[in-house]
Amino acid sequence: MAVESKPSALSRVASDPVSRRKLLAVTGGSTALAAFLAACGSDSDSTTSTMTAGGGGGATGTEKFGKGDVGILNYALTLEYLETAFYEDVVKSGLFKGSDLATIRKFGSEEAEHVKALTGFVKQMGGKPAPKPKTEFPLKSAKSVLELAATVENLGAAAYLGQAPNIKGPSTLAAALSIHSVEGRHAAALNTLLGKSIVPDGAFAKPAGAEEVLKSVEPFIVG
Amino acid sequence: MSDQILAQPELAAIQIDEDSEDLSRSDVILKGALAAGAIYGAVAVGPFVGRALAMAESGDVGILNFALTLEYLESAFYEEAKSRAGASGDLKSLINTIARDEEEHVGALTETIKKLGGKPVAEPKFDFPYSGTGGFLKLAQTFEDTGVSAYNGAAPQIKAKEVLEAAGSIVQVEARHAAAIALQNGAEPAPVAFDPALSEAKVLKAVEPFIK
Repeated sequence: MAVESKPSALSRVASDPVSRRKLLAVTGGSTALAAFLAACGSDSDSTTSTMTAGGGGGATGTEKFGKGDVGILNYALTLEYLETAFYEDVVKSGLFKGSDLATIRKFGSEEAEHVKALTGFVKQMGGKPAPKPKTEFPLKSAKSVLELAATVENLGAAAYLGQAPNIKGPSTLAAALSIHSVEGRHAAALNTLLGKSIVPDGAFAKPAGAEEVLKSVEPFIVG
Repeated sequence: MSDQILAQPELAAIQIDEDSEDLSRSDVILKGALAAGAIYGAVAVGPFVGRALAMAESGDVGILNFALTLEYLESAFYEEAKSRAGASGDLKSLINTIARDEEEHVGALTETIKKLGGKPVAEPKFDFPYSGTGGFLKLAQTFEDTGVSAYNGAAPQIKAKEVLEAAGSIVQVEARHAAAIALQNGAEPAPVAFDPALSEAKVLKAVEPFIK
Protein backbone atom coordinates (compact mmCIF):
# COMPACT_ATOMS: atom_id res chain seq x y z
CA MET A 1 0.00 0.00 0.00
CA ALA A 2 2.69 2.40 -1.00
CA VAL A 3 0.28 5.19 -1.68
CA GLU A 4 -1.86 4.88 1.40
CA SER A 5 1.08 5.04 3.77
CA LYS A 6 2.24 8.38 2.41
CA PRO A 7 0.75 11.84 2.44
CA SER A 8 -1.47 12.59 -0.51
CA ALA A 9 0.08 12.58 -3.92
CA LEU A 10 -0.68 16.20 -4.21
CA SER A 11 1.37 17.18 -1.21
CA ARG A 12 4.21 15.09 -2.57
CA VAL A 13 3.82 16.71 -5.94
CA ALA A 14 3.58 20.11 -4.37
CA SER A 15 6.72 19.59 -2.32
CA ASP A 16 8.73 18.42 -5.27
CA PRO A 17 11.11 21.36 -5.35
CA VAL A 18 12.14 21.71 -8.95
CA SER A 19 11.45 20.00 -12.20
CA ARG A 20 14.43 19.06 -14.28
CA ARG A 21 14.31 22.28 -16.23
CA LYS A 22 13.73 24.44 -13.17
CA LEU A 23 10.37 25.34 -14.58
CA LEU A 24 8.16 25.59 -11.59
CA ALA A 25 8.53 25.38 -7.90
CA VAL A 26 5.07 26.31 -6.91
CA THR A 27 3.35 25.14 -3.81
CA GLY A 28 0.52 27.60 -3.80
CA GLY A 29 -0.21 30.35 -1.34
CA SER A 30 1.20 33.83 -1.49
CA THR A 31 4.70 32.83 -0.40
CA ALA A 32 4.92 30.66 -3.47
CA LEU A 33 4.44 33.61 -5.74
CA ALA A 34 7.99 34.90 -5.42
CA ALA A 35 9.36 31.45 -6.07
CA PHE A 36 7.02 31.10 -8.99
CA LEU A 37 8.20 34.29 -10.58
CA ALA A 38 11.83 33.53 -9.85
CA ALA A 39 11.51 30.12 -11.41
CA CYS A 40 9.67 31.36 -14.45
CA GLY A 41 11.38 34.61 -15.15
CA SER A 42 14.17 33.44 -17.40
CA ASP A 43 12.54 34.26 -20.70
CA SER A 44 13.23 37.97 -20.54
CA ASP A 45 16.42 37.66 -22.56
CA SER A 46 14.23 36.04 -25.17
CA THR A 47 16.84 34.06 -27.02
CA THR A 48 14.04 31.96 -28.34
CA SER A 49 15.17 28.76 -29.94
CA THR A 50 13.87 28.14 -33.40
CA MET A 51 12.93 24.67 -32.25
CA THR A 52 10.55 26.02 -29.63
CA ALA A 53 7.00 25.05 -30.35
CA GLY A 54 4.64 27.68 -31.55
CA GLY A 55 5.28 31.16 -32.73
CA GLY A 56 6.07 30.87 -36.35
CA GLY A 57 4.96 34.42 -36.98
CA GLY A 58 1.27 33.55 -37.22
CA ALA A 59 -1.30 35.90 -35.80
CA THR A 60 -2.32 35.08 -32.25
CA GLY A 61 -5.10 37.65 -31.95
CA THR A 62 -3.31 39.07 -28.92
CA GLU A 63 -1.23 41.65 -30.80
CA LYS A 64 -3.25 44.55 -29.45
CA PHE A 65 -2.04 43.59 -25.95
CA GLY A 66 1.61 43.69 -26.96
CA LYS A 67 4.15 41.83 -29.04
CA GLY A 68 4.77 38.10 -28.81
CA ASP A 69 4.72 36.52 -25.37
CA VAL A 70 4.07 39.85 -23.64
CA GLY A 71 0.91 40.28 -25.71
CA ILE A 72 -0.24 36.77 -24.85
CA LEU A 73 0.47 37.30 -21.16
CA ASN A 74 -1.40 40.63 -21.17
CA TYR A 75 -4.34 38.99 -22.89
CA ALA A 76 -4.32 36.31 -20.18
CA LEU A 77 -3.98 39.01 -17.54
CA THR A 78 -7.08 40.77 -18.86
CA LEU A 79 -9.05 37.54 -18.58
CA GLU A 80 -7.74 36.91 -15.08
CA TYR A 81 -8.70 40.43 -14.02
CA LEU A 82 -12.17 39.72 -15.31
CA GLU A 83 -12.45 36.41 -13.45
CA THR A 84 -11.15 37.97 -10.23
CA ALA A 85 -13.65 40.82 -10.42
CA PHE A 86 -16.43 38.38 -11.18
CA TYR A 87 -15.77 36.25 -8.10
CA GLU A 88 -15.41 39.35 -5.92
CA ASP A 89 -18.82 40.55 -7.08
CA VAL A 90 -20.34 37.10 -6.55
CA VAL A 91 -19.01 36.92 -2.98
CA LYS A 92 -20.47 40.39 -2.28
CA SER A 93 -23.80 39.50 -3.87
CA GLY A 94 -24.77 37.31 -0.91
CA LEU A 95 -26.25 34.72 -3.25
CA PHE A 96 -24.07 31.94 -1.85
CA LYS A 97 -23.50 30.41 1.54
CA GLY A 98 -21.64 27.48 3.05
CA SER A 99 -19.52 25.22 0.91
CA ASP A 100 -20.52 26.87 -2.38
CA LEU A 101 -19.39 30.23 -1.03
CA ALA A 102 -16.14 28.67 0.16
CA THR A 103 -15.53 27.27 -3.31
CA ILE A 104 -16.22 30.65 -4.92
CA ARG A 105 -13.89 32.40 -2.49
CA LYS A 106 -11.18 29.82 -3.14
CA PHE A 107 -11.45 30.11 -6.91
CA GLY A 108 -11.52 33.89 -6.68
CA SER A 109 -8.36 33.96 -4.59
CA GLU A 110 -6.64 31.70 -7.12
CA GLU A 111 -7.61 34.02 -9.96
CA ALA A 112 -6.17 36.91 -7.95
CA GLU A 113 -2.93 34.96 -7.65
CA HIS A 114 -2.91 34.49 -11.40
CA VAL A 115 -3.31 38.25 -11.81
CA LYS A 116 -0.32 38.87 -9.54
CA ALA A 117 1.84 36.28 -11.27
CA LEU A 118 1.02 37.47 -14.77
CA THR A 119 1.57 41.12 -13.82
CA GLY A 120 4.98 40.24 -12.41
CA PHE A 121 5.77 38.24 -15.47
CA VAL A 122 4.94 40.98 -17.94
CA LYS A 123 7.09 43.39 -15.94
CA GLN A 124 10.00 40.94 -15.83
CA MET A 125 9.87 40.70 -19.59
CA GLY A 126 10.08 44.46 -19.86
CA GLY A 127 6.44 44.86 -20.84
CA LYS A 128 3.69 47.05 -19.45
CA PRO A 129 0.95 45.10 -17.70
CA ALA A 130 -2.51 45.50 -19.22
CA PRO A 131 -4.80 47.75 -17.17
CA LYS A 132 -7.57 46.31 -15.05
CA PRO A 133 -10.78 46.52 -17.05
CA LYS A 134 -13.99 47.90 -15.53
CA THR A 135 -16.46 45.06 -15.38
CA GLU A 136 -20.11 44.41 -14.71
CA PHE A 137 -21.80 41.04 -14.39
CA PRO A 138 -25.45 40.05 -14.26
CA LEU A 139 -25.90 38.54 -10.79
CA LYS A 140 -29.54 37.53 -10.64
CA SER A 141 -29.78 34.09 -9.09
CA ALA A 142 -27.40 31.52 -7.67
CA LYS A 143 -28.15 29.22 -10.58
CA SER A 144 -27.49 31.82 -13.29
CA VAL A 145 -24.33 32.96 -11.52
CA LEU A 146 -22.99 29.41 -11.34
CA GLU A 147 -23.76 29.02 -15.00
CA LEU A 148 -21.91 32.21 -15.83
CA ALA A 149 -19.00 31.08 -13.66
CA ALA A 150 -18.84 27.77 -15.53
CA THR A 151 -19.01 29.57 -18.87
CA VAL A 152 -16.21 31.93 -17.90
CA GLU A 153 -13.98 29.15 -16.53
CA ASN A 154 -14.50 26.84 -19.50
CA LEU A 155 -13.74 29.76 -21.77
CA GLY A 156 -10.67 30.68 -19.74
CA ALA A 157 -9.29 27.15 -19.97
CA ALA A 158 -9.93 27.13 -23.73
CA ALA A 159 -8.24 30.53 -24.04
CA TYR A 160 -5.01 29.29 -22.40
CA LEU A 161 -5.11 26.16 -24.50
CA GLY A 162 -5.52 28.28 -27.63
CA GLN A 163 -2.46 30.38 -26.84
CA ALA A 164 -0.10 27.71 -25.49
CA PRO A 165 1.26 26.75 -28.93
CA ASN A 166 1.87 30.45 -29.72
CA ILE A 167 4.09 31.01 -26.70
CA LYS A 168 7.77 31.23 -27.52
CA GLY A 169 9.57 31.21 -24.19
CA PRO A 170 9.67 27.81 -22.46
CA SER A 171 9.33 29.40 -19.02
CA THR A 172 6.37 31.48 -20.13
CA LEU A 173 4.83 28.33 -21.54
CA ALA A 174 5.42 26.47 -18.29
CA ALA A 175 3.71 29.25 -16.36
CA ALA A 176 0.76 29.37 -18.74
CA LEU A 177 0.35 25.61 -18.51
CA SER A 178 0.39 25.64 -14.73
CA ILE A 179 -2.45 28.17 -14.82
CA HIS A 180 -4.24 26.45 -17.70
CA SER A 181 -4.80 23.22 -15.79
CA VAL A 182 -6.09 25.11 -12.76
CA GLU A 183 -8.66 26.84 -14.98
CA GLY A 184 -9.58 23.36 -16.22
CA ARG A 185 -10.05 22.22 -12.62
CA HIS A 186 -12.28 25.22 -11.86
CA ALA A 187 -14.34 24.54 -14.98
CA ALA A 188 -14.84 20.88 -14.09
CA ALA A 189 -15.79 21.66 -10.49
CA LEU A 190 -18.39 24.22 -11.59
CA ASN A 191 -19.75 21.85 -14.22
CA THR A 192 -20.09 19.23 -11.49
CA LEU A 193 -22.04 21.67 -9.28
CA LEU A 194 -24.36 22.28 -12.23
CA GLY A 195 -24.77 18.59 -12.99
CA LYS A 196 -23.07 19.04 -16.36
CA SER A 197 -20.37 16.93 -17.96
CA ILE A 198 -16.91 17.62 -16.57
CA VAL A 199 -15.52 17.15 -20.06
CA PRO A 200 -17.90 18.95 -22.42
CA ASP A 201 -15.50 18.50 -25.36
CA GLY A 202 -14.92 14.82 -24.62
CA ALA A 203 -11.44 13.34 -24.17
CA PHE A 204 -9.71 16.26 -25.90
CA ALA A 205 -10.34 19.81 -24.73
CA LYS A 206 -10.92 22.30 -27.51
CA PRO A 207 -8.91 25.54 -27.74
CA ALA A 208 -10.44 28.96 -28.32
CA GLY A 209 -8.83 31.76 -30.27
CA ALA A 210 -8.40 35.25 -28.84
CA GLU A 211 -10.99 36.79 -31.11
CA GLU A 212 -13.70 34.37 -30.02
CA VAL A 213 -12.79 34.72 -26.34
CA LEU A 214 -12.69 38.52 -26.39
CA LYS A 215 -16.02 38.65 -28.14
CA SER A 216 -17.55 36.41 -25.48
CA VAL A 217 -16.35 38.54 -22.58
CA GLU A 218 -17.11 41.87 -24.27
CA PRO A 219 -20.56 42.19 -22.68
CA PHE A 220 -18.96 42.20 -19.21
CA ILE A 221 -16.38 44.90 -19.92
CA VAL A 222 -17.77 48.38 -19.43
CA GLY A 223 -14.60 50.41 -19.69
CA MET B 1 3.60 11.56 -49.46
CA SER B 2 4.89 14.07 -51.99
CA ASP B 3 7.83 14.72 -49.69
CA GLN B 4 8.75 11.09 -49.74
CA ILE B 5 8.76 10.88 -53.49
CA LEU B 6 10.71 14.08 -53.78
CA ALA B 7 13.23 13.10 -51.15
CA GLN B 8 13.72 9.46 -51.96
CA PRO B 9 16.89 9.78 -54.11
CA GLU B 10 18.52 12.17 -51.61
CA LEU B 11 17.56 9.97 -48.73
CA ALA B 12 19.45 7.02 -50.12
CA ALA B 13 22.61 9.09 -50.18
CA ILE B 14 22.26 10.47 -46.68
CA GLN B 15 23.98 8.71 -43.87
CA ILE B 16 21.30 7.78 -41.36
CA ASP B 17 21.76 6.26 -37.93
CA GLU B 18 21.10 2.53 -37.77
CA ASP B 19 18.21 2.81 -35.37
CA SER B 20 16.44 5.42 -37.45
CA GLU B 21 14.44 2.87 -39.39
CA ASP B 22 11.42 3.32 -37.22
CA LEU B 23 11.37 7.04 -37.85
CA SER B 24 9.31 7.94 -40.87
CA ARG B 25 10.01 10.81 -43.21
CA SER B 26 6.87 12.52 -42.07
CA ASP B 27 8.65 13.83 -39.02
CA VAL B 28 8.24 17.58 -39.05
CA ILE B 29 11.88 18.34 -38.39
CA LEU B 30 13.11 15.82 -40.88
CA LYS B 31 10.72 17.13 -43.48
CA GLY B 32 12.39 20.51 -43.39
CA ALA B 33 15.80 18.95 -43.67
CA LEU B 34 14.79 16.89 -46.64
CA ALA B 35 13.27 19.88 -48.35
CA ALA B 36 16.57 21.66 -47.80
CA GLY B 37 18.34 18.60 -49.12
CA ALA B 38 16.42 18.82 -52.33
CA ILE B 39 17.72 22.34 -52.80
CA TYR B 40 21.23 22.27 -51.40
CA GLY B 41 22.14 18.67 -51.97
CA ALA B 42 22.19 15.66 -49.72
CA VAL B 43 25.75 16.05 -48.48
CA ALA B 44 25.10 19.42 -46.91
CA VAL B 45 22.12 18.29 -44.87
CA GLY B 46 23.44 14.86 -43.92
CA PRO B 47 24.66 15.86 -40.46
CA PHE B 48 21.51 17.88 -39.82
CA VAL B 49 19.28 14.93 -40.58
CA GLY B 50 21.28 12.83 -38.18
CA ARG B 51 20.74 15.41 -35.45
CA ALA B 52 17.07 15.79 -36.26
CA LEU B 53 16.55 12.06 -35.97
CA ALA B 54 18.36 11.96 -32.67
CA MET B 55 16.19 14.80 -31.37
CA ALA B 56 12.99 13.20 -32.54
CA GLU B 57 13.97 9.98 -30.81
CA SER B 58 14.77 11.54 -27.48
CA GLY B 59 12.45 14.49 -28.01
CA ASP B 60 8.78 14.47 -28.93
CA VAL B 61 8.54 10.73 -29.49
CA GLY B 62 10.20 10.12 -26.15
CA ILE B 63 7.81 12.50 -24.40
CA LEU B 64 4.82 10.97 -26.13
CA ASN B 65 5.89 7.47 -25.13
CA PHE B 66 6.30 8.65 -21.57
CA ALA B 67 2.77 10.08 -21.71
CA LEU B 68 1.51 6.88 -23.30
CA THR B 69 2.84 4.86 -20.39
CA LEU B 70 0.86 7.04 -17.98
CA GLU B 71 -2.28 6.78 -20.09
CA TYR B 72 -1.92 2.99 -20.24
CA LEU B 73 -1.79 3.00 -16.47
CA GLU B 74 -4.84 5.24 -16.08
CA SER B 75 -6.78 3.40 -18.73
CA ALA B 76 -6.14 0.01 -17.11
CA PHE B 77 -6.93 1.45 -13.70
CA TYR B 78 -10.35 2.84 -14.64
CA GLU B 79 -11.27 -0.12 -16.84
CA GLU B 80 -10.65 -2.40 -13.89
CA ALA B 81 -12.41 -0.01 -11.51
CA LYS B 82 -15.68 -0.40 -13.41
CA SER B 83 -16.10 -3.75 -11.69
CA ARG B 84 -13.78 -3.32 -8.72
CA ALA B 85 -14.32 0.13 -7.17
CA GLY B 86 -17.77 -0.66 -5.82
CA ALA B 87 -19.07 2.58 -7.26
CA SER B 88 -22.66 3.58 -7.89
CA GLY B 89 -24.56 6.64 -9.06
CA ASP B 90 -22.51 9.70 -9.97
CA LEU B 91 -19.19 8.03 -9.23
CA LYS B 92 -20.05 5.11 -11.47
CA SER B 93 -20.79 7.35 -14.43
CA LEU B 94 -17.69 9.42 -13.65
CA ILE B 95 -15.57 6.26 -13.82
CA ASN B 96 -17.13 5.38 -17.17
CA THR B 97 -16.43 8.87 -18.52
CA ILE B 98 -12.83 8.88 -17.34
CA ALA B 99 -12.22 5.31 -18.58
CA ARG B 100 -13.43 6.38 -22.02
CA ASP B 101 -11.23 9.51 -22.01
CA GLU B 102 -8.10 7.63 -20.96
CA GLU B 103 -8.69 4.98 -23.60
CA GLU B 104 -9.02 7.71 -26.24
CA HIS B 105 -5.80 9.30 -24.97
CA VAL B 106 -4.01 5.97 -25.42
CA GLY B 107 -5.32 5.74 -28.97
CA ALA B 108 -4.40 9.32 -29.86
CA LEU B 109 -0.89 9.08 -28.42
CA THR B 110 -0.26 5.78 -30.16
CA GLU B 111 -1.34 7.29 -33.47
CA THR B 112 0.74 10.43 -32.99
CA ILE B 113 3.86 8.43 -32.16
CA LYS B 114 3.39 6.36 -35.29
CA LYS B 115 2.81 9.47 -37.37
CA LEU B 116 6.10 10.88 -36.11
CA GLY B 117 7.75 7.65 -37.17
CA GLY B 118 8.31 6.42 -33.63
CA LYS B 119 7.47 3.12 -32.07
CA PRO B 120 4.78 3.17 -29.38
CA VAL B 121 5.89 1.52 -26.15
CA ALA B 122 4.21 -1.74 -25.24
CA GLU B 123 1.55 -1.67 -22.55
CA PRO B 124 3.00 -2.74 -19.22
CA LYS B 125 1.15 -5.02 -16.81
CA PHE B 126 -0.21 -3.23 -13.79
CA ASP B 127 -1.14 -4.05 -10.26
CA PHE B 128 -3.28 -1.63 -8.26
CA PRO B 129 -3.22 -2.29 -4.55
CA TYR B 130 -6.43 -0.85 -3.17
CA SER B 131 -9.66 -2.01 -1.68
CA GLY B 132 -13.07 -0.41 -1.65
CA THR B 133 -14.38 2.82 -3.05
CA GLY B 134 -12.29 4.92 -0.66
CA GLY B 135 -9.10 3.16 -1.70
CA PHE B 136 -10.00 3.61 -5.33
CA LEU B 137 -10.64 7.35 -4.96
CA LYS B 138 -7.38 7.89 -3.15
CA LEU B 139 -5.38 6.14 -5.85
CA ALA B 140 -7.37 7.87 -8.61
CA GLN B 141 -6.45 11.23 -7.07
CA THR B 142 -2.79 10.26 -7.07
CA PHE B 143 -2.87 9.23 -10.71
CA GLU B 144 -4.78 12.26 -11.97
CA ASP B 145 -2.70 14.82 -10.08
CA THR B 146 0.49 13.06 -11.15
CA GLY B 147 -0.78 13.01 -14.72
CA VAL B 148 -1.44 16.76 -14.73
CA SER B 149 2.00 17.50 -13.30
CA ALA B 150 3.65 15.08 -15.72
CA TYR B 151 2.16 16.76 -18.78
CA ASN B 152 2.84 20.23 -17.39
CA GLY B 153 6.46 19.25 -16.76
CA ALA B 154 7.03 17.67 -20.15
CA ALA B 155 5.06 20.01 -22.42
CA PRO B 156 7.55 22.92 -22.52
CA GLN B 157 10.09 20.51 -23.99
CA ILE B 158 7.86 19.54 -26.88
CA LYS B 159 9.17 20.79 -30.19
CA ALA B 160 6.37 20.31 -32.72
CA LYS B 161 3.47 22.71 -32.39
CA GLU B 162 0.91 20.03 -33.23
CA VAL B 163 2.25 17.75 -30.52
CA LEU B 164 2.08 20.58 -27.99
CA GLU B 165 -1.52 21.27 -28.96
CA ALA B 166 -2.40 17.62 -28.43
CA ALA B 167 -0.63 17.47 -25.07
CA GLY B 168 -2.38 20.66 -23.95
CA SER B 169 -5.75 19.34 -24.91
CA ILE B 170 -5.09 16.12 -22.97
CA VAL B 171 -3.68 17.77 -19.85
CA GLN B 172 -6.75 19.97 -19.51
CA VAL B 173 -8.90 16.85 -19.51
CA GLU B 174 -6.64 15.25 -16.90
CA ALA B 175 -7.05 18.36 -14.76
CA ARG B 176 -10.82 18.10 -15.13
CA HIS B 177 -10.67 14.47 -14.04
CA ALA B 178 -8.51 15.44 -11.08
CA ALA B 179 -11.04 18.06 -9.97
CA ALA B 180 -13.99 15.71 -10.32
CA ILE B 181 -12.24 12.94 -8.41
CA ALA B 182 -11.28 15.44 -5.69
CA LEU B 183 -14.92 16.46 -5.27
CA GLN B 184 -15.86 12.78 -4.89
CA ASN B 185 -13.09 12.53 -2.29
CA GLY B 186 -14.41 15.53 -0.38
CA ALA B 187 -11.20 17.37 -1.23
CA GLU B 188 -10.43 20.70 -2.90
CA PRO B 189 -10.89 20.43 -6.66
CA ALA B 190 -8.24 23.08 -7.27
CA PRO B 191 -6.05 23.08 -4.16
CA VAL B 192 -3.40 25.47 -5.49
CA ALA B 193 -3.40 28.41 -7.91
CA PHE B 194 -0.55 26.95 -9.97
CA ASP B 195 -0.44 23.26 -10.78
CA PRO B 196 3.08 22.06 -10.11
CA ALA B 197 5.24 20.51 -12.82
CA LEU B 198 6.94 17.21 -12.27
CA SER B 199 10.00 15.80 -14.01
CA GLU B 200 9.78 12.57 -15.97
CA ALA B 201 12.07 10.83 -13.50
CA LYS B 202 9.86 11.82 -10.55
CA VAL B 203 6.72 10.69 -12.34
CA LEU B 204 8.19 7.35 -13.29
CA LYS B 205 9.28 6.83 -9.72
CA ALA B 206 5.76 7.59 -8.52
CA VAL B 207 4.10 5.10 -10.86
CA GLU B 208 6.78 2.40 -10.67
CA PRO B 209 5.16 0.58 -7.74
CA PHE B 210 2.11 -0.11 -9.90
CA ILE B 211 4.00 -1.64 -12.83
CA LYS B 212 4.52 -5.37 -12.56
